[in-house]
Amino acid sequence: MAGNREFFNRRLHSLLGVIPVGLFLVQHLVVNHFATGGEESFNNAAHFMESLPFRIFLETFVIYLPLLFHAIYGLYIAFTAKNNTSRYSYFRNWMFMLQRISGVITLVFVAWHVWETRVQAAFGAEVNFQMMENILANPFMFWFYIIGVISAIFHFANGLWSFLVSWGITVSPRSQVISTYVTIGIFIALSIVGVRALTAFI
Amino acid sequence: MQETKAKTVRFVISRQDTLDSAPYQEEFEIDYRPNMNVISALMEIRRNPVNVKGENTTPIAWDMNCLEEVCGACSMVINGKPRQSCTALVDQLEQPIRLEPMRTFPVVRDLQVDRSRMFDSLKKVKAWIPIDGTYDLGPGPRMPERKRQWAYELSKCMTCGVCLEACPNVNSKSDFIGPAPLSQVRLFNAHPTGEMNKAERLEQIMGDGGLANCGNSQNCVQSCPKGIPLTTSIAALNRDTTFQSFKNFFGSDQI
Repeated sequence: MAGNREFFNRRLHSLLGVIPVGLFLVQHLVVNHFATGGEESFNNAAHFMESLPFRIFLETFVIYLPLLFHAIYGLYIAFTAKNNTSRYSYFRNWMFMLQRISGVITLVFVAWHVWETRVQAAFGAEVNFQMMENILANPFMFWFYIIGVISAIFHFANGLWSFLVSWGITVSPRSQVISTYVTIGIFIALSIVGVRALTAFI
Repeated sequence: MQETKAKTVRFVISRQDTLDSAPYQEEFEIDYRPNMNVISALMEIRRNPVNVKGENTTPIAWDMNCLEEVCGACSMVINGKPRQSCTALVDQLEQPIRLEPMRTFPVVRDLQVDRSRMFDSLKKVKAWIPIDGTYDLGPGPRMPERKRQWAYELSKCMTCGVCLEACPNVNSKSDFIGPAPLSQVRLFNAHPTGEMNKAERLEQIMGDGGLANCGNSQNCVQSCPKGIPLTTSIAALNRDTTFQSFKNFFGSDQI
């Protein structure tokens, strides 16, 4: 196994990005969307998630550990690339670069977001509609959240495309083109969900 | 036939005297002739190495061999795109024509690069079919004609290095072997005799610097002068190595 550590790490990186991190992202965006139903509806949904049994284990194994590995190894991947879109301005090459940029933006955003919500919750703050309303009342933070959420969704949608290639699921050029359209659809749909939830807080 | 003013061709050439010396640019202007390619222009400059300022200079060093785009030796970056200089026709190029070496490889001198790493990679992935034995092994299994035609497309690879030059993941920070040798693994694994070493080749590209380094920018398939479906090869190998890694970990009767 020592010989193909890189192979194992890259495949693990690709897998963790979709399962569980990608699935968690979708679930998180869907729960956020309760905010469009008003303060009470969001608080009920957030409270339900908070009161799931074995919460700390769920968080650790579904979110923290996979996310940490994906983030740290992803940074290494992002900084070993030498982007060349100015010379080769093909669609996929742009996606390649945007995947790396959106990954770094998402990492900054997620780090801040976890500090502001989950870490504060550990210190005794209550994560509810009121908290998000206060954060997003600041126009700078609102746009920071918009950019962060959209880059996370882009990174997930485009990452899903490369997951399909990396695991050898979409091999033919045609299947890769169709999966491009499908992942663009996922990007648009989730972006609507994410942005609607954010605007519901203001 | 008379022309009032002689038509000329202008070149901006990136030069470098030794392996470690700093690159610099030199401009040249030569008389136009019909049907010139970049190589014939470089030969013209070599006949009379005088730059645009009228200074005597050294002739430009570059590699060439077949002159019909099958050997890959004369590859260089022409107007920003890596390609073979033998098939780069002056009439089809925007002027001034800018020539640079493919800097992904060590630059030996001027436009000449050392592509040894590609040949080393071919050795690493065993890009051949072992047929030698201590006794006559007899005829090998036959290959269906349709498959032969399909495999022929992959066999057009001339190890020119254009795909490595275009790949954002082949650089000094990574030891990625690049698309060309990977596609050769697919070619030799598809051959009925070559298939006998399939697992060995797959294990090799599952090692460091191998297949997993591909980041799917797909510049290679856009740049390949031979139109080899490099990204399809890589995706197909992704599938093969997925199965191979499952076999390795969970176990199987096959090697």
